Formats: sequence, structure tokens, C-alpha cells
Amino acid sequence: MTFASFIIQLLNGLASASSLFLVSAGLSLIFGVTRIVNFAHGSLYMLGLYGAYSLIEALGRTPLGFWTSVVLAALLVGVAGVLIEVLVLRRIYKAPELFQLLATFAIVLVIKDIALFVWGAEDLVGPRAPGLSMAVEILGRRIPAYDLLLIAIGPVVLLALWLLLRRTRWGALVRAATQDREMVGALGVDQARLFTSVFFVGALLAGLGGALQIPREPANLELDLSIIADAFVVTVVGGLGSIGGAFLAAVLIGVAKAFCIGIGTVHWFGFEIAFSKLTLVVEFLIMALVLVVRPFGLLGRPPATQRITADPAPPLAVPSWTFALVWLALLLAVPLVADRYVTILLTDIFCFALFAVSLHFIMGPAGMVSFGHAAYFGLGAYAAGLLLKRGGLPMEAALVLAPLVAGAFAVVYGWFCVRLSGVYLAMLTLAFAQISWSIVFQWDSLTGGSNGVFGVWPSPWLAGKTAYYYLALAFCGAGVALLWRVLFSPFGYALRAGRDSPLRAEAIGIDLRRFQWSAFVLVGTLAGLAGAVFAFSKGSISPATISIAQSTDGLIMVLLGGVETLTGPVAGAAIFTWLRDEVARRTEFWRAVMGMVILLIVLLFPQGLVGGLKALATRFRERAL
Amino acid sequence: MLNVKDLHAYYGRAHILHGVTLEARAGEVVALLGRNGAGKSTTLKSIMGLVPAASGEVSFGDVRIESLPPHRIARLGLGYVPEERRIFTDLTVMENLTVGRQAPRAGAPSWSEDKLFALFPNLARMRERPGGRMSGGEQQMLTIARTLMGNPRCVLLDEPSEGLAPIIVEQMAHSIRTLKGEGLSVVLCEQNLHFALGVADRAYIIEKGQIRFGGTMAELAADAGLREQYLSV
Repeated sequence: MTFASFIIQLLNGLASASSLFLVSAGLSLIFGVTRIVNFAHGSLYMLGLYGAYSLIEALGRTPLGFWTSVVLAALLVGVAGVLIEVLVLRRIYKAPELFQLLATFAIVLVIKDIALFVWGAEDLVGPRAPGLSMAVEILGRRIPAYDLLLIAIGPVVLLALWLLLRRTRWGALVRAATQDREMVGALGVDQARLFTSVFFVGALLAGLGGALQIPREPANLELDLSIIADAFVVTVVGGLGSIGGAFLAAVLIGVAKAFCIGIGTVHWFGFEIAFSKLTLVVEFLIMALVLVVRPFGLLGRPPATQRITADPAPPLAVPSWTFALVWLALLLAVPLVADRYVTILLTDIFCFALFAVSLHFIMGPAGMVSFGHAAYFGLGAYAAGLLLKRGGLPMEAALVLAPLVAGAFAVVYGWFCVRLSGVYLAMLTLAFAQISWSIVFQWDSLTGGSNGVFGVWPSPWLAGKTAYYYLALAFCGAGVALLWRVLFSPFGYALRAGRDSPLRAEAIGIDLRRFQWSAFVLVGTLAGLAGAVFAFSKGSISPATISIAQSTDGLIMVLLGGVETLTGPVAGAAIFTWLRDEVARRTEFWRAVMGMVILLIVLLFPQGLVGGLKALATRFRERAL
Repeated sequence: MLNVKDLHAYYGRAHILHGVTLEARAGEVVALLGRNGAGKSTTLKSIMGLVPAASGEVSFGDVRIESLPPHRIARLGLGYVPEERRIFTDLTVMENLTVGRQAPRAGAPSWSEDKLFALFPNLARMRERPGGRMSGGEQQMLTIARTLMGNPRCVLLDEPSEGLAPIIVEQMAHSIRTLKGEGLSVVLCEQNLHFALGVADRAYIIEKGQIRFGGTMAELAADAGLREQYLSV
């Protein structure tokens, strides 16, 4: 690489870092004060792009029209953030943190469909920035003038935010609330208004980041989740709550990605390495490395323990044998009476139930929330398909070996993950899922890339829908039973002890990290089993099985059912799968419908469906007494 | 000024306050005495709305406050100084004071940074120091100063002498007498009877979430049996 191309790649990287920084800074700010991991932040960024596109169309492609549109789009997205805070989140600040997360997933779904409804499914290519569409010559290379402007905007916003946080009373309130919001309230500050203002600023930054991207990137419906993954990486690498850290991390990652693209394909020792395809991997590798060396990010500090007086999780109730046997008998009888459609739907539900129960195991009793559980589900599915198609193994062998492959990945990923806790852990799991996804997506020759793997059918004796129904019931049922059983073994007790008090658990001689690592491997293997069963039931596998959307689906299932009960995740998986199927058959906008249903449930039953019903039953019983 | 009638409160399912009744009149310093775990802190938190009142009445001036959120109570002019001090460790002394600032209030002494630095001279020397790099005594002064920035009419002080060196305890007693001199009402929780005797006009004794005694400091000082029964360790 010559010096000139080095500089060019550096500038490229810095230009793309600016928007990333804006989004991440907003995310960080909101998280700091409200302790909500706002998954909808990427949606706000996406709205920024769409909004800027439409406004420019309306106001004209002049410099004035362009810049008015950018500012207006950012302000409108800020208002959208305020609406989200006031209409939804304000009502559930007292609910468990995971429920707030569920609400933000629902908002992602709703916003995606609003965008689909308003702007359609086609990518919208925005105009070049009027007046800045020329290129500037640097070292003999041409750089778009707009990119240079973007490079300048990053530090300007950083400075503005710094002044806002360090030199105004609002900034002092925000920083104080980040540490102890209850005390801020006791000093007479209205938290609700403070939170609303923080949401406005955070959303405005996301909207600005999006609007500024319109000359560089077409507006499309996939931006929400792809940018949120990037923003998570940046905030975590920089250190949650550190605006300066977010800037540093955005630059680091932006530049690293630009260099990957710039290097292109190289030949080393006879191997051909396509660096341009490794951008995602590089980004997440940086994150994994930083988190292992500096668990709280480059400029982060150990999070101040927010004073949240949440009640400890109640002890788990053991499902009774009669309950289990009645259900088993019913499910065994289904193919005798029901039609093909019901059988297929139930087969799906079995797979997702095991997937959800394995996720529940790790995030509930083991206390490690995973944002990337689809990694194991998808790896299991791909392992099954590839062992069959590329490995030439019989289907039965592939089905048994595939979970072990997923488990092997869990050994590696888990080793890193158990070193962290809380949000950092969750984001690292997301990072590993994204690495897996991008490898699967980009390793065309092995995995079929975006097309996936086809012809993954079970052996003839299992090919009938009824036969496969029983197979799915047997394997997934056994998996669920195993996980539940383990929870009531000494291993399960140790995990729960570690969740409730890591310090005390270690003090009585539990090697917590090793237990958590084992738990990771166990649930990874079983999620892999769910994926493998799923793969053979569908006959094909697409990268969607390993995507963020699949991970969030799992979280929705668990949280919908209720994380505090054992049967909740199963109920959540069933309801979610059935509802999605029902709604998707009736309307193109099934996401919005799902999102609204979830929001309704969140607002009405902050304990999850099963938990909420139990609470209702208890109240009823107490009244009867 | 502050009237509490038959206040009940819970932590989760644990019934902590079993009908607390007490009163603080304008310009008076009232001590709430009792052993560890008797319900002193919970009483203050419950008055402040930080622990919800399950039943009972709390009036401040002529406003019923038992179902108001903490920030509304604070804005009526009721200040709260927590036992654990709860300084914002990332913020400087000046910024900590900024967070507590409210508009001046009729009928209450009004405070400025300079006036507070006169009351707590130690703080004046460390205006730009982050709260996390201060000693326990300095933090105790800062937390009181921070609450005074809200120009309260009445202050709830949770164990102001706890964990402080004797000389700082002496300063603290002096500061509380100054507050009284300014016309502020004070309700303070204490385990340290000696400290309370030095600053309070009246005292209540709380035990197992109920008030067992209410009277002047002179009455309490005269009754050795009472002290033996409820306060000796």
C-alpha cells in the first residue's frame, strides 16, 4: 500500500466514523441515564435517512434545501424519540430491565413497518450534497468534498456534547442521574422530564447521523439492525457512557473497516484472503479483543451500580409430572386429529420452544443475557445441512453431530463471554453472533452465501410430516426436559446462586466462571439441536437463522412468556410462532401488528404472560379467601 | 410544619413501619432515636416518598404528601439528606451543588454557594474536586450543602454523625445549630444520643417500627430507664 492510498483509506474511514459516532453517542447517553438498551436507536437512525430523503425531495436539491432537510430530519427524529419515551418507556421504568428491552424490540418492529408503509420496500438513493458534490484532490487521489465535511462534523459534535455535559446544569443533571437517579429525584428534579430531554437529544443525534448519510448510502429497511449492531460495538469498545470513548471507537472501527476494503484481496502463502469481505469480522474482532483486555471499554469505567431496588427473582417452581404428561399425551395425539398445517406449525413451535428454553436457561437462572443466541441455533442448522450436503453423512448422523458443532462454538465464544457481565456480556454475545453470521454470509463456496443451503431433507423414513413431527417432539421435548432437570441439580443451584450474588457464590467455593462457561456450552449445544431439527423440517437453511432478528425473536419469546417461570418460554415460543404465522398470512405489515401486540402486553403485564396470569390468579385466590 | 400520622411502610413483604406518628414544628430540631434496624431511616425515606407509604398520613405545611413522588415533595421545600450521603462522585463540588439548586422559597432561608461555603469552610477549598475524591466528613458536609441548595423549609437528616471523626461530629453539631438559627426545621435520625442531646429540642424513640416515646430532651435525659430500654446497645 502506498502512502497516498493509506491516507485515502484513513480519510474514508474517518468519514464513515462520523455517523457511527453520532448514533453511538446518542445510544450511550440514553443508556447512561435510563439504563435502557435502546434497540430502537438504529430505527431512529433509519428514520433520519428516510426523513432526509423525503424532505430533500420536497424542499429541493439546493444547498439550502439540503441542509434545511438534514436539520429538520434530525429534529423530527428527536421528536419521535420523545414520543417513544412518553408513550411507552415512561410507563415501564419500574418494570424489570429486560422488559424495557422487549418494548424497544417491539418499537423496532413497528418503525420498520411504518417505514415500509410510507417509503416502500425499494432502496431510496438520495442526492449528492448540493454544492459539495465535487471532489477534492489529495495526493493525486480524488476525495468527495462531502466526506471531508463529515470528517469535520464528528469532532464538532463531540465538542458540542462535551460542552453540553460539562458546562450546563442539564449536563450536570444528566451525569448525576447516570450515577444515582433516585437521589436526583429526591433533590427535586423531575426524572420524567429529564429522561424525555435525554431521549430527545439521543434520538436527535441518531437522526442527524442518519440524515448526514443520505448522500453516501441509500435509505433501506435493513439499516435499523445493521447500524444498531455497529453502534453497540462502538459504545462497548469505547466504554458505555463515555462520549469520548464512543468517538475513539467509532474512528478506530471506521478506519479498520476502510482499510479492509482498501486492501482488497491479497495472496499470502498461497492463500487468497478477501479482506474486503472481512469488514464485519474485523469490527467484531476488535470488540472481542478490547473487551478481553479492557472489560469496560477503552475509556469506560466499571459501571456505577444504579440503585435499583428490584426484587430478587422468585424461586422457580418445578413443573408437575401430571402437567407434563397431560401435555405430552395431547401433543402425541395431535397428528391423529389435526391437519397437515397444524402438524407443521407445531413442529416449528417445538424447535423454537427448545431454542427459547435454552435462551431462558442462560439469561434467567444463569443470569447471563444473550443478544446473540441465534448463533448456536444457526450454527446447528448450518452444521446439519453442511454435514449432510458437503460431508456426505447420513441425515441421522448429521442431526446428532450438528448440536456438538454448535456446542464447540459455544466453548470458544463462551470462554470470552463469561469474563464479562451485564450489558457488556450481552453485547459480546451479539458480536459473536454477528461474526458467525458474516462468515456464513460471506463464505459463498461453503455455505451458499445469501442463498443458503438447499435440499436438506431428512431420511425417507422421517420424510413424512407426521413422522418428522414425532421426531421433533422427541428431540426438542428431551432437550427441554434435560434443561429443566439441570436447573434443579446442584449445577443449576450453583448457577442461580451465582446470578443472585456472584461474590457470595465464590466465597462458598463455587468456581463461578467455570460453571457459567459450562452453562454456555450446554445451552449452545441444545440451541444447536433446535437449529438442526429446524433445518431438516424446512429442507433449506438461510443466513436468517443466524441473524440478529432471529436472536431478538428468541428474546421476545422468552420475555413474552416471562423470564421468571419455566414454562413461560415455551408458551412465549408457541404464542409468538403462531401469532407471526397468523398475522403474516393476513397482512404485509405483520411486524407492526406483532410490535403493537408486544407493546400492549408489556404495558398490561410487566411480568410476562405466564407471570402476569400467575399474578392475576394469586390476586383472585387472595380475594376469594 | 411536618406531621406524620399512623404511617405504615413495607420493604417488599417485610412490614417495617407499624404506624409511626410524629411531628416537627417550625424552627424546631427533632431527633428520631433508636437502635439499628428500628425503622429510623425507613421513616425518613417514607416521608420523602422514596419508600411508598402503605397507609397513614403525611402532611407538610398544609399539603398532603404521602402519595407524591419524591421530586414533588422536594419542590415543596422538604429537603432530604441520605445516610449513605449519595454524593455524585463524578461531579465536582460545584456541580453537586448545582444539581440540588432550586428557586428561592418564601418563608425559608435562602442559600447560595458562598453562604454554604461559609457554613462549611472545608468545601470552599475544593470547589472543583470530584465528589469521589473527598473524605467521609467532607462528603457529609457536601451532601447537606447540596440539599440546602434547594432552599428547604425543613430538612430530614439521616444519621449526620455516622462514621465521622469526633472533631467533625462537633462541627456537624455546630452546623445544625446554625441551621436552626436560620429558622430551618430539622428532623434527624440518630443512634448517637450524646450528639442528639447537643442539638435537638425534642426527641422521639422508635423501636420495631413504632414510636415508644416522645418528649423534650430534658425529659429523655432524666429518664435513665427509658434510655436503658431502647437506646443502650
